[in-house]
Amino acid sequence: MSTGPLLELVNLSTHFISERGSRIVRAVDEVSLQIKAGETLGIVGESGSGKTTLALTILRLLPQAARICSGRMMFQGEDLLQKSDAEMRRVRGKRIAMILQDPMASLNPLFTIGDQVAEPIRVHEGSGRAAAWRRARELLKAVHIPSPETRLNQHPHEMSGGMRQRIVGAIGMSCEPRLLIADEPTTSLDLTIQAQYLKLLRELQRAHGLALIFITHNLGIVAKMCDQLAVMYAGRVVESGPVTRIFDAPAHPYTRALLSSIPRMGDPRQRLAAIDGQPPDLAALPPGCAFAPRCPTAFDRCRAAPPPEFAPDDSRRVRCWLAAPGAGPLDGQVRGGAG
Amino acid sequence: MVVLEAERLSKHFHARAGFFGDRGMVRAVDGVSFTIEGGRTLGVVGESGCGKTTTAKLVLGLETPSGGGIRFEGCDLQALDTAGRRHYRKSVQAVFQDPYASLNPRMRISAIIAEPLITNESLEPSAVRKRVLQLLDLVGLPSRSADLFPHEFSGGQRQRIAIARALALSPKLVVLDEPVSALDVSIRAQILNLLRDLQVQLGLSYMFIAHDLAAVAHMSHTIAVMYLGRIVESGEAQTVARSPKHPYTQALFSAALPSHPNEHQEEIILAGEVPSPLRPPSGCHFHPRCPHAMERCAQQQPRLIGVEHRLVACHLYAADSTATAPK
Repeated sequence: MSTGPLLELVNLSTHFISERGSRIVRAVDEVSLQIKAGETLGIVGESGSGKTTLALTILRLLPQAARICSGRMMFQGEDLLQKSDAEMRRVRGKRIAMILQDPMASLNPLFTIGDQVAEPIRVHEGSGRAAAWRRARELLKAVHIPSPETRLNQHPHEMSGGMRQRIVGAIGMSCEPRLLIADEPTTSLDLTIQAQYLKLLRELQRAHGLALIFITHNLGIVAKMCDQLAVMYAGRVVESGPVTRIFDAPAHPYTRALLSSIPRMGDPRQRLAAIDGQPPDLAALPPGCAFAPRCPTAFDRCRAAPPPEFAPDDSRRVRCWLAAPGAGPLDGQVRGGAG
Repeated sequence: MVVLEAERLSKHFHARAGFFGDRGMVRAVDGVSFTIEGGRTLGVVGESGCGKTTTAKLVLGLETPSGGGIRFEGCDLQALDTAGRRHYRKSVQAVFQDPYASLNPRMRISAIIAEPLITNESLEPSAVRKRVLQLLDLVGLPSRSADLFPHEFSGGQRQRIAIARALALSPKLVVLDEPVSALDVSIRAQILNLLRDLQVQLGLSYMFIAHDLAAVAHMSHTIAVMYLGRIVESGEAQTVARSPKHPYTQALFSAALPSHPNEHQEEIILAGEVPSPLRPPSGCHFHPRCPHAMERCAQQQPRLIGVEHRLVACHLYAADSTATAPK
């Protein structure tokens, strides 16, 4: 396995532009991230922070109004943005696959499970129907579906939510992709079923040396599943780095506030540290840092100009003026702790 | 002081499996007993289909029980006269999960909050207005919100409006059905804090239903864990959360997500899924998925018994059991 990143995003921006060009929503703005083979990258953010748009940008499956305005997406040494639509179709489902939140919406109710699991194998690998179905049966077994033989001939409505989501996982894995993007894959599942599914994803990842991008709003899932973390706020990655380091010492005030606002099992009935205010409107962002209006440590500079990406150490990137070399990398933490 | 007491509460629905299928009976709530004390919170947890929402509907008087009953401040609900029922409905209010669905988009905020006041109490318009402004202040919204419409508010603010409406009649008990699940992560703490402050300030009792176990443990004084219509374990929130006894509760809490990547917990991954409530397993409903199931579990329904300061319905803890209980 090479040591270089499998996927590297450099200064990637995706903007939604209204028909007359009068309104621009910067859904993804100057995002730089990388992921290595076998690694799990968690992307967390609230609704509207741009995490799903980022995933769709990687797959180039954006709606018409969206434009990828700048940047590069290097995947296995090639820039995905330079590829033609036909070339992209050979990447999607084959080398990069995606699992969506709602398994009922991603399965076709009119086709049998066998047809749907076999479809990518027939399209991408040109296998015949019988061979593709044989492979589909193995895939169902790999995602722990009991009696795969009968399930292949059934339709999605005959299955429970947890089982459907495992079938979507089997479709994602069918052509042995190098990168799997999972967008909130367990949000619609019950807790004990969620635990089953997370375990399955980890098994599949280990067995195939897969890189996994996990999009979620749940920091608990990140703590359980991920090696690397990118926190998004208003279309930008405000902090990224190894999960343990960020949980131990969050550098961005937003990450810090988010981590301390979550109830923990251990400390009962303590007052939660709530974040004041509301997430911003992406079409009318403040001139400076988008988090400044809610930030307890904001100062004049934050309201004047958006902070660039600073690197407090080799592994981390932070978009906050407090992390600027002049301000001292730990300055923010000290002040945050006092406030 | 006990505000509400449910005793062997049941709700059964008739159902048909398939279009021409057999008639069946769904025991959505099956002999459930609990108490909610004044100024305290009962947390109800369980997965979809466990009967927690039906239990909430029974408490709200939106469903009539098929068996058992509810006593509110010592009076049996079934025996109440019209005036008594009126008083009960005023005393028990609800806040629902989705603040986009629970507020009428065509009504101004003042009308939304005033509606329970106007239908239940004969107040002067000026008194109603005064009370609305007072309620808005209570939930932390500016008084100019009164003349706006729901679409002008974010999810968190809408949930505040729903809370203000629930408090309009000064209830004793508020049923909170997943009150923060639909909200953004950064907003949830605001609403949980607000609910806690209001509880202290107004002496409210809560019935808190949620699937986020950490939030339930954080908000509740007592917890009841439900599985397929029955309570399998109940007791003080911290006792249940820290050392669950029932194998289902143990699996459920082990499936709760960690708050730090280095926090390693023992993982109990249950096999299979929650069975259909139309055909629940015999004996203990949990036995087909239980890692400790014995022969007896398939035959006999376990009763709730006291084990280490909480109630557990499991044969492992029965006095005559020879099996060793999981830690």
